[in-house]
Amino acid sequence: MIYVEIFIAFFLPGILGYGGGPASIPLIQYEVVERYEWMTVQEFSEVLAIGNALPGPIATKMAAFIGYEVGGWLGAGVGLFATIAPSLVMMIALVGLLYKHKDSPKVKRLTQYVRPVIAVLLGILTIQFLAGSVEGGGILHTIILLVGSYFLLEKWKVHPAIVIVISIVYGVLFLSGG
Amino acid sequence: MLQMKIFLAFFRVGILGYGGGPASIPLVYKEVVDHYKWLSEDEFGDILALGNTLPGPIVTKLAGYIGFSVGGVIGAINGVIAIVMPTALMMIAFFAALANFQDAPWVTGLTNGVLPVVTVMMAVLTKNFVTKSHSDLGWKFAGLLLLIGIVIIGVFDFHPAILIVILIIAALIKRDPLEKKIKGREGGKEE
Repeated sequence: MIYVEIFIAFFLPGILGYGGGPASIPLIQYEVVERYEWMTVQEFSEVLAIGNALPGPIATKMAAFIGYEVGGWLGAGVGLFATIAPSLVMMIALVGLLYKHKDSPKVKRLTQYVRPVIAVLLGILTIQFLAGSVEGGGILHTIILLVGSYFLLEKWKVHPAIVIVISIVYGVLFLSGG
Repeated sequence: MLQMKIFLAFFRVGILGYGGGPASIPLVYKEVVDHYKWLSEDEFGDILALGNTLPGPIVTKLAGYIGFSVGGVIGAINGVIAIVMPTALMMIAFFAALANFQDAPWVTGLTNGVLPVVTVMMAVLTKNFVTKSHSDLGWKFAGLLLLIGIVIIGVFDFHPAILIVILIIAALIKRDPLEKKIKGREGGKEE
């Protein structure tokens, strides 16, 4: 059933994504693109780009939108619930236990051990996005956009929303292929 | 009214917080410590540390937990809805509007334009995660975990959950020299 699938697709990133919302992006991508094939990598990247251009937590924006695409309003609700509820309920229910262990080296190690795996997933996603860029816009435009957005985002610290709007304008003007 | 305040506090965080959940933490602090004074600075630090022991998005855990401690179960639901809904609806509305032009060539242009930008964002995020892994675990161990990850997920295409669960178990069962010492001392006291 579709709602069960939506639940699983966002429940797993919710309980495995150590390191906050951004850490769950590649896990969401794995479920949505690789496993359930609801979207292509290009579509996923578009959702991620628009998500990054809007404020607020990223994992929940992805869950709400992808859930909506796949299963309507109820799908959006299921996606959001699966993303938020498990760790929140655990936090409220286990507050005493967690409080006792919050400074324990074991707990710190959890995030530290999982982080390299997330790094690998993020790396794989980067390569897929890169391949999609070259396929969609050609090598020359891809290089211009990669270098341009790198300098804008990382060197000159331009707001991501502005960079995404600039790239949309560039894409519509030069890469519409019409 | 209390529930109204909870809603406003997290609504503002949701619509002003750029850069994802972790970047919004200072905004939550401003609302609940500085503005509404629901928590002291130390309590906020404790709750943040608690949230970080668990996986998943951090800012919704903060909104839910703080909402719960201030206004009960209704407060928790209220806080989460306030932080999540506005931008979730914006996303859905944006793509619903875009769907009307699905076949227009400029929509393809839009996708082609944003893809390199998210590539850069993902590359930077990857670099940050690798750097942090190295500073926490050292080159050898972090390198080993990265290599295992690349082989198992990248080459053999296993579900990432398998590897993550194994690492979670490894992190929990590994004994610490310090812990042994403390236990030893406690044991000594009992005798």
